Amino acid sequence: MLNAIIPLLLDSLASAALIFFAAVGLTLVFSVLRVLNVAHGSLYSIGGYVAASACLFIASRQMNPYLSFVALLFSAVFVAAIFGPVVERSLVRWTYGKSEAVQILITFGLFLMLEDLQRMIFGVQSYYEDTPMRLLGTTNLSGVVYLNYQIVLIVMAVAVVVGLRFLIRHTRTGRLMTAVVADREMAQAVGIDTNRIFMLAFSLGVFLAALGGALATPTSGIAPGLGADTMVLAFAVAAIGGLGQIEGAAVASLIVGLARVLAIYVAPELDAVAPYAAMLVVLLIRPYGLFGSTSVRRV
Amino acid sequence: MRTILAAAGILVIAALPLVAPWLQFVLTLAVAKGFAALGVAVLLRAGLISIGHAMFFAASAYGVTFLARLGVNDFAVLLAVSVLAAAAVGAIVGSFLVRYRAIFFAMLNLAVSMVFYALCAKLYGVTGGTDGMPVPIPTIFGISLGEAAFKQVLFYVSLMLIVIVGAAVHRYLDSPLGHALSAVHTNEIRLEYLGIPVWAVLLIAYVISAALAGLGGAIAGFAIGRVVPDFAFWTASGHLVLVAVLGGIGGVPGAFIGAFFLELLHSAAVTVTDAWNLVVGAALIIVIMFLPRGFYGFFEREKASAL
Repeated sequence: MLNAIIPLLLDSLASAALIFFAAVGLTLVFSVLRVLNVAHGSLYSIGGYVAASACLFIASRQMNPYLSFVALLFSAVFVAAIFGPVVERSLVRWTYGKSEAVQILITFGLFLMLEDLQRMIFGVQSYYEDTPMRLLGTTNLSGVVYLNYQIVLIVMAVAVVVGLRFLIRHTRTGRLMTAVVADREMAQAVGIDTNRIFMLAFSLGVFLAALGGALATPTSGIAPGLGADTMVLAFAVAAIGGLGQIEGAAVASLIVGLARVLAIYVAPELDAVAPYAAMLVVLLIRPYGLFGSTSVRRV
Repeated sequence: MRTILAAAGILVIAALPLVAPWLQFVLTLAVAKGFAALGVAVLLRAGLISIGHAMFFAASAYGVTFLARLGVNDFAVLLAVSVLAAAAVGAIVGSFLVRYRAIFFAMLNLAVSMVFYALCAKLYGVTGGTDGMPVPIPTIFGISLGEAAFKQVLFYVSLMLIVIVGAAVHRYLDSPLGHALSAVHTNEIRLEYLGIPVWAVLLIAYVISAALAGLGGAIAGFAIGRVVPDFAFWTASGHLVLVAVLGGIGGVPGAFIGAFFLELLHSAAVTVTDAWNLVVGAALIIVIMFLPRGFYGFFEREKASAL
């Protein structure tokens, strides 16, 4: 019995961790900027491409293979530093206070542009670079061989939840963010530089997306179309948890991860349906998500 | 004046394949997308953005193949029944979804369409999985035509449908029921106070928009000759919204202007660059920022709906 449950549980936890990275940035950006970033999935896949390229470079130069772990993290920072401020300044800022239709369309335009940019820069072949995964090896858990890298993923996801919570509750920047989320005009009136907060929050969202892409690359590789697939999955998770709720996104990714793994074990053809079916059911009953509320907003 | 312009536009499009036969397929596809975009535009008038209308587009195309498999082989019957099927799906889905607004409406449409997409892609035995299913060449009132002749008939029938359906949708949008849509966008509560049931107004709009998307999907299915789950993927839905917004949601011609413009530009652009999405994405952003009423804004007399 235990032998059947443990791999199932670990599989769903690792799958949940990967989904969580994609969803948490989306929900953070929505919470602070009140913009639904349809291009979020593209930033995820760009993070993956950059990380894969960096790891391949390290491998080709015969450098210390452990550098590829640094490369994973650094490529996420790199993508966030390039895309975060530029995209927020040029496009997203223009949509503040406009209708959802405009916000969705502007970011959809950005999504189309980023998808083609990736194709032009990285080509259409898929990248597969699993050095980080191989370095960590495997563990034998009660007779089931398990990849250590997946445990690292789970730990990283927990670290992100704790880290974000610390950032928001206990740092100056985080408190300023909370103030902006609670009442944008009031925050501006007491002298908070909201534009700076928006840029920071957006860049943090991009970082989390790119980190997710970078961490996912060693396990599943990366190919064109990943951005579009990730986008809608991240969307489903963020919507289930309640848009703007970070802890909600964590719980929702657990639900979706478990639903997917269960579907794979029980009825494999329903694996892709599970996340959207869950999203549909939750949204029909609670359109603001499991942890969201219609009136009160918090980070 | 605008009627003359519209008539001239349709005549030019009807004549184009005589000059360049390869354009016929491109233009038929443009008509198909134009119908679907018109459906999206109807809802956009009420301020509701649907990132899921490709589902109705695909549902009706799948409907055609299922009917054909059952032995129905008449073009008119296939077209009519599949559009009715899309409208029926729209009525069921819409009755749940028109209670929601803004981002929740967009998300729920996305969720429903992605469930549909995933089912189409995974239920290999029923839908042929990601390979899709072939759409057979139907007979037209009992006359069986060759492929080339059928595609020609399809093209001219779809142009005729633009006129008939376009006029009907124009009448609808100009009726009190249609004007109620922009009133929902402006102030929904006031509309309720006037004794107009917003729920019914939106449900009717939803069914009409689903039927329009279905009409487009059936035409596209016949033109392409194959229906695949990607018809229903969320990026396809996004493209429909894009076409509607590029063309402008101020009137019926907007959706078709957007569709013809995009398809013709696409055919021209592939000879120069393959970064087509880059061009379209940039165009979308520029149009939203600087031309909120779309290309149709150039032809409008009075101030009409914008996003």
